[in-house]
Amino acid sequence: MALTTPDSGPLALPPGERTVENPLGIFTRPRTKTGWRSWVSTVDHKKIGIMYGAAALFFFLIGGIEALIIRLQLAAPDGKLVSADLYNQLFTMHGTTMIFLVVMPLGSAFMNYLIPLQIGARDVAFPRLNAFGLWAFLAGGIVLNSAWLLGGGADGGWFNYAPNNGVTYSPTHGIDFWNMGLLLTGIASLTGAINLIVTCLNMRAPGMTLMKMPVFTWMSLVTQFLLLFAIPVLTAAQFLLMFDRLFHANFFRVESGADPLLWENLFWIFGHPEVYIMILPAFGIVSEIIPVFSRKPIFGYQFMVFSGIAIGFMGWGVWAHHMFVSGIGPISVAAFSVSTMFIAVPTGVKILNWLATMWGGKLRLTTAMLFAIGLVGMFTIGGLSGVTHAVAPSDTQQTDTYYIVAHFHYVLFGGAFLALLGGMYFWWPKAFGYMLNEKIGKVHFWLILIGFNLTFGPMHILGLQGMPRRTYTYRDGYGFNFWNMVSTIGAFTIATAMVIFAFNILYSWRKAKAAKLAVPADPWDGRSLEWMVASPTPVHNFDEIPVVRTLDDFWHRKYGENEAGKLVRIAATEDVVQDGSNTDVHLPSPSYWPLVLASGLPLIAWGLIFNLWICVIGGALVIAAMYGWVMEPSVDDEAPHDHGDDHDGGDHGDDEAASEVDEAGPTGEEEEALVD
Amino acid sequence: MTETGLTGAEAEAAALEHASGARIAATEADGHITSTGLTNEKLGMWVFLGSECLLFGGLISTYLLYKHNNQAGGPLPHELYDIPFTSISSFVLLMSSLTMVLAVSAAARGEGSKLRTWLLTTALLGSVFISGQVYEFQSFVKEGMGFTTNSASSAFFTLTGFHGVHVSIGIIMLISLALLSWRGRVPKERAEVVEIVGLYWHFVDVVWIIIFTVVYLIK
Repeated sequence: MALTTPDSGPLALPPGERTVENPLGIFTRPRTKTGWRSWVSTVDHKKIGIMYGAAALFFFLIGGIEALIIRLQLAAPDGKLVSADLYNQLFTMHGTTMIFLVVMPLGSAFMNYLIPLQIGARDVAFPRLNAFGLWAFLAGGIVLNSAWLLGGGADGGWFNYAPNNGVTYSPTHGIDFWNMGLLLTGIASLTGAINLIVTCLNMRAPGMTLMKMPVFTWMSLVTQFLLLFAIPVLTAAQFLLMFDRLFHANFFRVESGADPLLWENLFWIFGHPEVYIMILPAFGIVSEIIPVFSRKPIFGYQFMVFSGIAIGFMGWGVWAHHMFVSGIGPISVAAFSVSTMFIAVPTGVKILNWLATMWGGKLRLTTAMLFAIGLVGMFTIGGLSGVTHAVAPSDTQQTDTYYIVAHFHYVLFGGAFLALLGGMYFWWPKAFGYMLNEKIGKVHFWLILIGFNLTFGPMHILGLQGMPRRTYTYRDGYGFNFWNMVSTIGAFTIATAMVIFAFNILYSWRKAKAAKLAVPADPWDGRSLEWMVASPTPVHNFDEIPVVRTLDDFWHRKYGENEAGKLVRIAATEDVVQDGSNTDVHLPSPSYWPLVLASGLPLIAWGLIFNLWICVIGGALVIAAMYGWVMEPSVDDEAPHDHGDDHDGGDHGDDEAASEVDEAGPTGEEEEALVD
Repeated sequence: MTETGLTGAEAEAAALEHASGARIAATEADGHITSTGLTNEKLGMWVFLGSECLLFGGLISTYLLYKHNNQAGGPLPHELYDIPFTSISSFVLLMSSLTMVLAVSAAARGEGSKLRTWLLTTALLGSVFISGQVYEFQSFVKEGMGFTTNSASSAFFTLTGFHGVHVSIGIIMLISLALLSWRGRVPKERAEVVEIVGLYWHFVDVVWIIIFTVVYLIK
């Protein structure tokens, strides 16, 4: 297929060409391995994953404060803490922040960190593009939240339905910031999707066939395909909205005869796959945690994988269940009602498989395991209330009430967020080299579980009693008082639990530093390849790329079966793990250009809102950065390698597309990346 | 469920280990072999183009919804189309795909000057198409159908404008490639980069065929 000969290295330059040492004469190539420079110029998937996680937790703080203000306002009838207008901004920004800046990037954090490790690779397919995705996401988050300082946030709900999203009904710039911010996070998601799809498909270790990939990697792959196809639909809708709001087009102006259902359809064609984009990585995390702490392989691996794929496909055929009361007609309502009920089947398969994995297993109730079981329980409740929305007559009753709020918090907080926290406890030693305290962790878990149910459980009752969502207050005597107060108490319980989590991180870190105890590579007796590398993961990941023979290959290196079919240890863990001592690995070189390119994006966004001249500056920065990126080789041969072996390899690709993991320059035999 | 992988005999496992070891050695000797056999860059471009389909899908759907909607006044796009003129510019764009194929083939054979000729010809044909679009937009505005006139006109200009921007980005990539080639940086070994830009260019052409059919030819 390829026109090039494989042995030459597809995009490497022929020997003899000079490396462009200082493209455009601005930056010298970053070489530092420590300090802030090493973080802003990094292309290492592990550092990028950690930064995604840190940024997401910061935005969680912002979104959480917004949530607490909402709950304070609603704690008692006739709340006077915030005005109706500010309340609209608060719930809009809370939803947008939690979805786009917390749950999605937390998923990205895990996917970036773990996919290369789980498939036995040294990095992702496009390391610089990966860094760009992180900075573009951050740029989007900054633009979105800059609204608070520049005249107020968006106020139309996280979906900003037309015609409320028009200038007529929302004259401040809030929705413009929302629109531009999410366009930027959309760019980040798109580049991330391209990168991780290619990584999963193309960079697997020898023997790692698709059906030997861990379930987390599989669910991530499905998620990335959903992002790949869902994000452009949102992008199209947001461009139309931008043209409407900033350039007076007529897509959503009802006074010019526009159809408000256009926005609603486009938004939910993106929006429903988005729901699975948030939950599938969480499913993947749980599918990794439960087998490890049950000492059993995942029950029905193939079923797990195929039901994940089925969710991915069917997720495209259910969007209109968000629109049952918008007048789309009885045939559409019936069709989408049935398809929505049907999508519960693969989800149910997953729940049953997790239960069957635990059944008869040797359970160890660690904090990570508790969070995983928490997802199974809470998601089931959320899933069941979801089926009640699929029944159109019942949904007509529930639409725009707190029942809906209860439902989606059970699946997104009780489902996705609990699993993400569990994943942090599980992989923390791998990423940071110390364990989080289990006792504090269990307090964290129980407190958050209780707080969560106190907050969102009562919303089912409130919703069925008829309390509408997105209303800034309620009157005394409607019977809403008691459960609202309970809900507010629950919200502050969650906040307390998260403070305990922050304390746990700090406390465990101090204790580990004082004790100077190294964490073993495989602290949990794990099953997948990431437990094979040292903790914390060395910069080159694998000393030696493993050869994969079975599903859960790492487990089968440790355990075999005797004649009676009993599990027996065949090798000591210390003998099968790698110590991270390989010094001869050639890694992709750091670069400033992804950050420079991404820093032009918010200027364009603000420029479109305020003054097109700012756009020109941002655009110039973007174009200059693109050419700088293109002219800079993806691998800096003059830099010392991971551990400084000197070789005069040829110069590498100078094309934007050439940001591949180095491998195989023209002097391919020198490349020691695969096996030493 | 029992442990799935534990049934194999030890000897069998050792044999597999040996065979895989040989495969790794082969991989190392061969340079970078990917799991699918496609390079990362080419697979990445294919994946990106998959995403682009949905972007244009959204915009085409919007146009189809609004093409008869001039409730805000002004003419509808299909009252103003000059089909013979647009047919000619469409033909020019289609021919640019042919010259792009010739460029890819020249790159594969390592013929630098031919490569540059065909790249620049492709860019020129693309520019002719863009000029045609600019002329067409201008004449529509003169006839009273601007971007903000009505829903149909907004949808028309947005869809065809997005396509025009894609073509323009393609032209910039083609010229950049020609410059790189002129400096000797697109040798035979790197011919794939021309092929990847070619994938993008053909995609943009195919999208135009759909737009021309759906937007211009179907009333």
